[in-house]
Amino acid sequence: MSCFLSNSSLGKKLVMSITGCFLVLFILFHMSMNITAIISPEGYNAICEFLGANWYALAGTLVLAAGVVVHFIYAVVLTLENYKARGSQRYAVTVKEPNVSWASKNMLVLGFIILGGLLIHLFNFWAKMQLVEIMGEHTNSLGFGPADGAALIAYTFSHWYYVVIYLVWFLALWFHLTHGIWSMFQTAGWANDTWYPRLKCIANVVATIVFLGFAAVVIVYFIQSLCPCNGGAC
Amino acid sequence: MAFKLDAKIPAGELAQKWSNHKAAIKVVSPANKRKLDIIVVGTGLGGASAAASLGELGYNVKVFCIQDSPRRAHSIAAQGGINAAKNYQNDNDSVYRLFYDTIKGGDYRAREANVYRLAEVANLIIDQCVAQGVPFAREYGGLLANRSFGGAQVSRTFYARGQTGQQLLLGAYAALNKEIAAGSVKSYPRHEMLDLVIEDGEARGIIARNLVTGEIERFGAHAVVIATGGYGNVFFLSTNAMASNGSAAFQCYRKGAGFANPCFTQIHPTCIPVHGDQQSKLTLMSESLRNDGRIWVPKKIEDVKALRSGAKKPSQIAEEDRDYYLERRYPAFGNLVPRDVASRAAKERCDAGFGVNETGLAVYLDFKTAIERLGKDIIKQRYGNLFDMYEEITDVSPYEEPMQIFPAVHYTMGGIWVDYNLMTTIPGLYAIGEANFSDHGANRLGASALMQGLADGYFVLPYTIGDYLSHKIQAPKVKTDTPAFAEAEKNVKERIARLFSVNGKQSVDDIHKKLGHIMWENVGMARSKESLEKAIVEIQALRKEFWKDVKVVGKAEEFNVELEKALRLADFLELGELMARDALNREESCGGHFRVEHQTEEGEAKRDDERFVYAAVWEYKGPDAAPELTKESLNFEFVHPAQRNYKD
Amino acid sequence: MNFTLKIWRQKDAKSKGGFETYKVENISADTSFLEMLDILNNNLVHEGKEPVAFDHDCREGICGMCSLHINGLAHGPGQGATTCQIYMRKFRDGETITIEPWRSAAFPVIKDLVVNRGAYDRILQAGGFVSVRTNSVPDANAIPIPKADADESMDAAACIGCGACAATCKNGSAMLFVAARVSSLAKLPQGRVEGARRAKAMVAKMDELGFGNCTNTGACQAECPKSISIAHIARLNREFLSAKFED
Repeated sequence: MSCFLSNSSLGKKLVMSITGCFLVLFILFHMSMNITAIISPEGYNAICEFLGANWYALAGTLVLAAGVVVHFIYAVVLTLENYKARGSQRYAVTVKEPNVSWASKNMLVLGFIILGGLLIHLFNFWAKMQLVEIMGEHTNSLGFGPADGAALIAYTFSHWYYVVIYLVWFLALWFHLTHGIWSMFQTAGWANDTWYPRLKCIANVVATIVFLGFAAVVIVYFIQSLCPCNGGAC
Repeated sequence: MAFKLDAKIPAGELAQKWSNHKAAIKVVSPANKRKLDIIVVGTGLGGASAAASLGELGYNVKVFCIQDSPRRAHSIAAQGGINAAKNYQNDNDSVYRLFYDTIKGGDYRAREANVYRLAEVANLIIDQCVAQGVPFAREYGGLLANRSFGGAQVSRTFYARGQTGQQLLLGAYAALNKEIAAGSVKSYPRHEMLDLVIEDGEARGIIARNLVTGEIERFGAHAVVIATGGYGNVFFLSTNAMASNGSAAFQCYRKGAGFANPCFTQIHPTCIPVHGDQQSKLTLMSESLRNDGRIWVPKKIEDVKALRSGAKKPSQIAEEDRDYYLERRYPAFGNLVPRDVASRAAKERCDAGFGVNETGLAVYLDFKTAIERLGKDIIKQRYGNLFDMYEEITDVSPYEEPMQIFPAVHYTMGGIWVDYNLMTTIPGLYAIGEANFSDHGANRLGASALMQGLADGYFVLPYTIGDYLSHKIQAPKVKTDTPAFAEAEKNVKERIARLFSVNGKQSVDDIHKKLGHIMWENVGMARSKESLEKAIVEIQALRKEFWKDVKVVGKAEEFNVELEKALRLADFLELGELMARDALNREESCGGHFRVEHQTEEGEAKRDDERFVYAAVWEYKGPDAAPELTKESLNFEFVHPAQRNYKD
Repeated sequence: MNFTLKIWRQKDAKSKGGFETYKVENISADTSFLEMLDILNNNLVHEGKEPVAFDHDCREGICGMCSLHINGLAHGPGQGATTCQIYMRKFRDGETITIEPWRSAAFPVIKDLVVNRGAYDRILQAGGFVSVRTNSVPDANAIPIPKADADESMDAAACIGCGACAATCKNGSAMLFVAARVSSLAKLPQGRVEGARRAKAMVAKMDELGFGNCTNTGACQAECPKSISIAHIARLNREFLSAKFED
């Protein structure tokens, strides 16, 4: 049993499904947390404080990182195998089959965009928050306290290019999730003809909530940065 | 030298013959089975089930097919169903009734003992297939469903939607795969048998061409089983698959096996009519459609003209202006008369000028009444895939307008002569399924071909072959480096070289179409002395033309479809003549064989039981010599041949 | 109707192939696609050229022998039909039609448009059967099977083994083919007995033969001439995973 997760196609797919499921849950959590930043920057900072460099947050970070790494490595391995299985001679003419989503055929590309976004995001936030605490510092390179997430958000999304980059990132995530969420049920064997429309609907709804939730924070803070009274009640 | 035919029919009561015979024949011990090799050529229902069952018994089996996988054999295309006298419908069915219907349907030209055995083992087939996981249609109670078929007044046909042949073949193919995995069967796909090898008067193996590389290979065995189906493609247009051919059977005939009743050809009444001269094959619409479909042509010739010109649609013809001619002529069986009767009745109406399409060669099969009675949904459930198939081909929806149908060549009852053990006149050579002649007489009832293929392969041959092989337990492995093999291989290579050397102007298909035309016009649904004599002359001339003017491109040592077709056509050109000769000899009408000189006043087939209660067995005498006839007289101990009556 | 055909020609498995262009003229709209190729081939023979090799047999959509990737689609335009069931009325007069063989590492080209699909046979040999001996079976009605289960089993059993699923899949995955067999037998009590063994053995063979990994695009289902649902893939996943977790 230990090895079918690495040596059989269905086992590998199950790993994708489970890690994917875990990442979706994390994203939902992260999104809920971000929404707090719109309602109450202080509340948001309290969460940031809570998730500082303490053992449970560090453990969570490690597990999360492992999830991303496994999901990514398996994706690359599976795609390489698939590329090989396709054969060296390709079709000269291909068209999109009816009822086949674009996202489903471009999951790896979407994954790379998401990964790229993630790296930028880690540099922008994680490196200026949890990492700072891990290093034992008390202020980050921008001069904010490591738990002052709200200030960091306000700073980052006052730059228009970050707004654009993040929105593209969320869009890629949206596409990735529209396929990924129902697909993880399919791979686990929990799907049938009755449930396909429901699962696809759930996938689209969740992906859209995630997109809107994340995008709202970016856009709200960007608009606030445009206000001359910056953060005030104008 | 004429054949000394011994059908080896066991003595005793009809119902006891098979059990008595099984008890009397010899068996081979497991240790000895391991030492014996069997070649099975063909992987349809007969071949696949035989190879699987023989492998299971412990013999070493080599199985050959011309397609890329055993699963492609043309049994897969059978749509309607398979008969068995389970009496699950409580309609007073019995083994005897199935036997009686089959022998009567065959117009009393089959052996009683064989047909009874067929009816007897039919029940086992259903059990076997269900256990293999064949998803037969079921009722809501979870038990098996049945439907009716032509020539029977009971519902005894088991079916899996319109894909019964496919499901049964996948069952037999799965059994074959089980044995291939177990190592008892070795599969040779894309291999075509090109000759039979005989040593000391016994079958010892085959010469086959590897269709991928073109290599000619030798295979030896203690027994050879021919399960290569029928030869309907001699007509060029038929419901058979494109590669279905009569060559393996014909090679056996050429090597001395008797060929019985070659003229018995079944013309299936419900095929989609021919649409043009570029057509490659005819598509069958399952006989099951006649359960709910009603066949008609207009009563008035004005309506026929309006239909042909497109001025009227068939649905616009009033009920009282329709001639439901089968219901009119055969009140007791109505639309479910046997195939030969239905086909001839369609021809009669078309000859009288009532054919409904531009060519005048079509009648209607109408579901209007059934849709009104049962609703569109039920009809869709029963025949949805057939209706879709029809619409795909013709662009007309059978839910809106009736189907156009016309008879087409479908099945050949004739084939290699076999005794009760399914052995041919050559010791060690067996023929099963459509390739032999044994069970259907002059006409086969619907849903009986699947029954026969599987009966032979699962339940008859595995026992009877032991009787012969029990004498071979001392025999060493068959060597293929002997003069007989060398000679056979040389002949095959020479034949191939000769085909290439012609280098004429006509393609294989050009000549095949000509042959088909001669056959359909003269040896088709209505035959006469004149037409048959004409056919013999024309086929001989065409054969000469073939060997002078055929063009086979490519090389022998490669994948070469043109060469495959040319080899098959060369055999068809001899087989067609044999069919005409047999039809000429049989001066009576029976089943699918209709001689216009021999009909009743109402146009029904008129048998001559004084002179023709026999199977005509032909012996090969050379490519241009007349074959010699031996008669196996058929003794009806238990049923008495009567004029077939489907009227009341 | 007239057509320009761009057809993949390849002498044998080892040779390098390429496209060649042909013209066919005066084709009736009621001609089937393969009859159109027959006409082309007959013309080629008359010109002394080698005809195009392509697989076909029953020409009524059931044997699974015909293949062909036509204008970018397995079995050509239209759904729920094999190549032999396509009629020229589906194409525009004067259209250029590109015809390619199945492309998948597990289906090597034999010649022109003919590929070797023996891998599918080998997967079924690994376990696509119920291990019953001839004659060693109970009465057919001894095992009642709910109609819905029998119908679902039949839905899956409709697979004709043509290879379109793996040929159309961007991953070269044979999952729909394997799933159809596993699912068909899994829905029947007769097949349940060795269900776990079957699922494991067939998946292992599929992987061994170099087919790709399913990513649930659903292209197989869209191109399957028998419209077999990917719900059977879900069932295969379930069968396989529960078998593995029981090990």
